[in-house]
Amino acid sequence: MTKDVKIIEKSETIAPRTRFSFSRKDLCVPYGLFLALFVILPLVLVVYYAFTAKDGRFTFANFIWFFSSWTMIQNLLISVLIGLVTTVVCLLIGYPIAYILSRMTAARRGILLLLFIMPMWINFVLRALAMKELLDLIGILGKFNYLNTIIGMVYDYLPFMILPLYSVLIKMDKSLEEAAADLGAGRVKVFTSVTLPLSLPGIVSGITMVFMPTMTCYVISDTFSNGKVTIIGKLIEQWFGSGDNWHYGSVIALIMLVIMFISTLIEGKFSDEKVYRGTNL
Amino acid sequence: MGNVKQDKIIELIDITRKFEDGLVAVDGINLYVRKGEFVTFLGPSGCGKTTTLRMIAGFDKPTGGKVLLNGKDISDLPPNKRPINTVFQRYALFPHLNVYDNIAFGLKLKRINTVYEDKNGKRFEKKVKFSKSEISAKVDKVLKMVDLEGFEKRSVSTLSGGQQQRVAIARALVNEPEILLLDEPLGALDLKMRKDMQLELKEMHKKLGITFIYVTHDQEEALTMSDTIVVMKDGVIQQIGTPTDIYNEPKNAFVADFIGESNIFSGTYVGNRKVRFIGKTFDCVDDFEPNDKVDVVVRPEDVEITDADKGTVSGKIISSIFKGIHYEMTVKIGKAEVLIQNTVERKVGETVGIVIKPNNIHIMAKEFSSNRYDGYITKKNTVCFGDGEFECDVTQLYAGSSLDEEGYLITAEGEKIDLTDTDVKVEVGLKDIEISDDQEKGGAIGNIVSIIYKGDHYQLIVRTEENEEDYVFDTEDTWNENDRVSVIIPKDKIRLSLVTENNK
Repeated sequence: MTKDVKIIEKSETIAPRTRFSFSRKDLCVPYGLFLALFVILPLVLVVYYAFTAKDGRFTFANFIWFFSSWTMIQNLLISVLIGLVTTVVCLLIGYPIAYILSRMTAARRGILLLLFIMPMWINFVLRALAMKELLDLIGILGKFNYLNTIIGMVYDYLPFMILPLYSVLIKMDKSLEEAAADLGAGRVKVFTSVTLPLSLPGIVSGITMVFMPTMTCYVISDTFSNGKVTIIGKLIEQWFGSGDNWHYGSVIALIMLVIMFISTLIEGKFSDEKVYRGTNL
Repeated sequence: MGNVKQDKIIELIDITRKFEDGLVAVDGINLYVRKGEFVTFLGPSGCGKTTTLRMIAGFDKPTGGKVLLNGKDISDLPPNKRPINTVFQRYALFPHLNVYDNIAFGLKLKRINTVYEDKNGKRFEKKVKFSKSEISAKVDKVLKMVDLEGFEKRSVSTLSGGQQQRVAIARALVNEPEILLLDEPLGALDLKMRKDMQLELKEMHKKLGITFIYVTHDQEEALTMSDTIVVMKDGVIQQIGTPTDIYNEPKNAFVADFIGESNIFSGTYVGNRKVRFIGKTFDCVDDFEPNDKVDVVVRPEDVEITDADKGTVSGKIISSIFKGIHYEMTVKIGKAEVLIQNTVERKVGETVGIVIKPNNIHIMAKEFSSNRYDGYITKKNTVCFGDGEFECDVTQLYAGSSLDEEGYLITAEGEKIDLTDTDVKVEVGLKDIEISDDQEKGGAIGNIVSIIYKGDHYQLIVRTEENEEDYVFDTEDTWNENDRVSVIIPKDKIRLSLVTENNK
């Protein structure tokens, strides 16, 4: 530029659009693809197989087969029962642990929390096998198949109960408990009227994390009962595998899905947003 | 203070609270609270005021000492057994309960001793709960008192800060406690709301006649509301008194500085009700030992401005700010700055005289254990303070540092620092100063202005001429007053520290 050139006006322009523009929306594409391929498509397939016969006709016969077979119904009930018992036991063991952890000094808490979480870092099949050997050593393996299955499930899923409970309890404003004590509540009353209701969201998510997987986790039931306890996950595996009837397998999978859906709905009722709101007033 | 009776309701005897990490939050305090009194614990954060309150409530147990309630030791009584209720700093309302259930929480737990009479006229006692209608009536009454009628069914999370505050107060008061504890209850409110609530709380206190123990760091709040103020610092009580006492007769420089604005100067008591500070001698009303080192406190509104030649001392106005009711002006006199509040403005640059009435000069004994000066490091790594220049060891300013050949400081991390003109705090012990007749020998020159015999040694004060800086020290040698001497301080006895926000 020479000296006698003056700037008369400066104006900003927006950079011209290139042909390959990239908006924030495009970030969804990978997940969208994943969702379509691995969630929607299998779901459609399951529904399709559940409502068709071997020759491809539409039929309800698969459902009739399931609900008229006492063995199937029995297996379903056993699965739900094992799930329920495991969840209750996990809650009964996990809540006190989470409570104690949340009341500790930070230094001690770290190590203890690690001890409870560490099993999750070890391969789950390996863990199950080790526990099985332990039961064998005590001499109860092969004698109490249901008990052993539940011991295995509790052992494996306990951390999933402790963690959500712990994170709710540690965040809870301690002055709320002090306020309850200040207003005349003894230790038990403080717990039942303040701590417990306010930790409900943690209880609900702990239940969700434990109840749902335990109904289907047949690796554990197989390992700990030497294959004597059949839960619903095992049935699905059998029909899709050695049984070679995808239609029956899909019906069971669909029924599982409905049970999960219902339990999610029930839990949703308890973990209503209102409970969270203002917890940190 | 009409409703203050003489009997003590709470008495703290030698209360100490030491935490697991070794921190002593409360260090052996003694105090009592009278029935119906409004007492405020006042102090900066970390002074132990909240810990003290928590020990009265029962949330914290003292590691030493006793808490007496109506003369009975309650140190080991859990909070739910104490007839005391608390308004928490951040309200601590139960988020899963509505306004009504929050307030009714305590009532539902209460058991009342009731005396019955059976058919035979035999009397027996039974503990009974409040009935639903009794609870409802009590909640209604207290909601009316805090102006929240019709809010019963509201969720506490939908309330504003001020409304939550009222619910918290209602929740505590509905139990009719003997003592109400309030832990900085107005801290989260805006200024206007805070002022309103202060008056309302004061009003409630008058009406209910309950003992209020209030914790705050806001001195104005404390002065407005309290019958008695307990000023605390570092877990120790500095002063207990009425607001007027605390404001007008602060016991030490800390209290004076914390309560209201004040000028604090270090001075020397001359004797005969005269005190010397900012380079002049003023008349005062207190009695001290001659040559005692004292802190002199003068409130800005007590400094009177006159014409330059009519004042006790004169100086130049260096700043003037309009504050609404008054002007806040700073007058520079020698090295000292004097803060003045006056309704009449004097222009910046004007030379004025100032006068301070004897009874407005508050003198406090200074605990004198070492000489302290403000100084700075020179190019040659010596330190200038007290009208002199001394050799010193600058490596003590940074742990693990050393000096290189050019005189730069090398820190432990290998960083090079030029210390020239760095401001430092200088401390010299009373036993670390020597003087000499040889005026070339020392770092500063002054006259001996005082010699006091302290049993086995003399305490001397050498005062410089330029800025009247004092060197106080102990010696066993005999000297004569008014001797002109030089001050010698060994290099390793000069303790230096960097100027930080905390020690300014």
